[in-house]
Amino acid sequence: MSRRSLFKMIGMAAGSAAMYQAMTDLGFAGESGYSGPVNLQGDPKGASVLILGAGLAGLTAALELSRAGYKVQVLEYQHKAGGRNISIRGGDTVNELGGFTQHCQFDPGFYVNPGPMRIPYHHVALLDYCKRLNVVLESFSIINYNAMIHNTKAFGGKPRRYREVESDFRGHVSELLAKCTSQGKLDQAVTKDDADMLMTALRSWGALDKNYEYKKSGNVSNHRGYDVDPGGGLSWQPTDSEPMTMSELLQSQLWSGLLTGHEYEYQMTMFQPVGGMDRISAGFVRALPPDMIKYNCKVTEVKQDAKGVAVSYVDTQKGGAVQTATANWCVNTIPTTILSQVPMQIGAPLKNAINSLSYSAGFKAGLQMKRRWWEDDYRIYGGISYTDQPIALISYPSTQYMTEKKGVILGAYTFGPHAFELTSMTPEERMAKCIEYGANIHPEYRTEFETGVSVGWHRMPFTLGCFAQWSEDNRAKNYDALCAIDGRMVLAGEHASHLGAWQEGAIVSALDAIKRLHQRVMTA
Amino acid sequence: MMKKIVAITGSLLIAGLFSSTAFAQGSGAGRFRGFEEQGGEALYKGICQGCHMPNAQGAVGAGMYPALAKNPKLEVAGYPIAVVVNGQKAMPAFGSMLSDQQIADVINYVRTHFGNNYKDAVKPADVKAAR
Repeated sequence: MSRRSLFKMIGMAAGSAAMYQAMTDLGFAGESGYSGPVNLQGDPKGASVLILGAGLAGLTAALELSRAGYKVQVLEYQHKAGGRNISIRGGDTVNELGGFTQHCQFDPGFYVNPGPMRIPYHHVALLDYCKRLNVVLESFSIINYNAMIHNTKAFGGKPRRYREVESDFRGHVSELLAKCTSQGKLDQAVTKDDADMLMTALRSWGALDKNYEYKKSGNVSNHRGYDVDPGGGLSWQPTDSEPMTMSELLQSQLWSGLLTGHEYEYQMTMFQPVGGMDRISAGFVRALPPDMIKYNCKVTEVKQDAKGVAVSYVDTQKGGAVQTATANWCVNTIPTTILSQVPMQIGAPLKNAINSLSYSAGFKAGLQMKRRWWEDDYRIYGGISYTDQPIALISYPSTQYMTEKKGVILGAYTFGPHAFELTSMTPEERMAKCIEYGANIHPEYRTEFETGVSVGWHRMPFTLGCFAQWSEDNRAKNYDALCAIDGRMVLAGEHASHLGAWQEGAIVSALDAIKRLHQRVMTA
Repeated sequence: MMKKIVAITGSLLIAGLFSSTAFAQGSGAGRFRGFEEQGGEALYKGICQGCHMPNAQGAVGAGMYPALAKNPKLEVAGYPIAVVVNGQKAMPAFGSMLSDQQIADVINYVRTHFGNNYKDAVKPADVKAAR
């Protein structure tokens, strides 16, 4: 018997809590509340569910509800499924609100993920679906010690390598702390034994010398890198590098580029699907019965009564009269930016919750380069460089090292004011800005850029924004109401989760919504 | 301060991003950057036209962005002030990202362009009162 079937058996016999306990005892379940494929027990007796939106939340609901025996239909605004789970490839057209159109001209095999691009190892529901749907994953490099941290106002605008900043920050802080410890200034905080061990740890951790100082040495170069790397035979000799002074480093603020990659959501290992993020939505669509999703449907009104829902929609391609889809129940995954404009028969708490949300601005750009200069000239293989410029970062491809002459880099990924500003430009203006800023770190941009594509999420016709922006206050006031079943309808999506902007949020939100809906059906 | 950023952005995802670009602010980690544009036209082009479009005609997709051109709702200045400062439905609140002067300037620009011709200028004090 496999462990998986053992867990399933325990789950069926004793309920999910017992299964979770069993999995935890064996070191499996981890921190997520997700404990394996949803099990909607009981016969829904032909009950029907209308799902609005075919993003990851809608696709999850469609897959699981149809498997549980519901009659499912999905209405999707776009001509394809996936929502924000997309990849842009050569030959694709990006139509923005306002009539701006981009025709992506990447070479075959190249793509950019303008929405989600990386999956944390602890987003176990999403990872589980990838496995079930045969979506092959590979590593997404999040930290690269040889990538850059750049501040236009520090070191004459010259970038520093991550390893130099990281090693120097660690070293200088260790030296300071060692001084305090040896001067007895920590006596209130640590015992003598702990102080001794702390000194040992700091010397090792900070690459300090026998006097507990962080300064140029072979040991320090072994952390931050050399001016000349060690060689062989009678060739070149290793030459140690000179650390930045503590004051230079602190004032440069380059240290603030160290944090991402250490936070829970960005810790290694991170993943990406081989071939593009949209392989995930493609996997869902493959697993669904054909024709379950009706495309090009713009929802214009949602009505409901004691027996079911009636959703009005228009065909955005063929036009014609308003059509109506009916069902016993509805899972509504339309972003609240749009829902707040759709007349719906819902209670005041849900209406207030929907109206309380605006969406964050977000901007990304993919740039195809004629050659892989970041690898050939800089020895940067994957990972991310950070900058104080509006593009915020440059993310280098995590795959195809040494194999391709060309490559597509992510040349901007920004939120907040810069994202609003870049969104407000024409696609041509944006790309010119991405090249201008990128060239301040890598002058190769000026000669090697070939073609690019960008997405300002507030101009995407199907979302009107990047993701729902919850303040702590608003979450306390409105989150529960947003997630509660209202009559015959329940909302799902990243906006109805504590994992805002993450695909995992969309999926676990949908799973929770359909579990509650199913319970309602079974007890109705 | 970092807590406040998280509250403003409301997202763990971008908390990480802000922390990694915090040095952009030039005044310490975690300080939230506002918009640097000055003057109504620059502010409109830098922010508003992302959604309301360069000609202020708005746009229509699965939902819509309202036209600001020839918009009678702009007649009473208190309305656009409240919407810009506090947001409204899908319209984000810009109160924390713009100064009183910037908000007054951009509203005055919209209220006197795009076929709007409202002569009573908004003053920074009017914006301050609405916060």
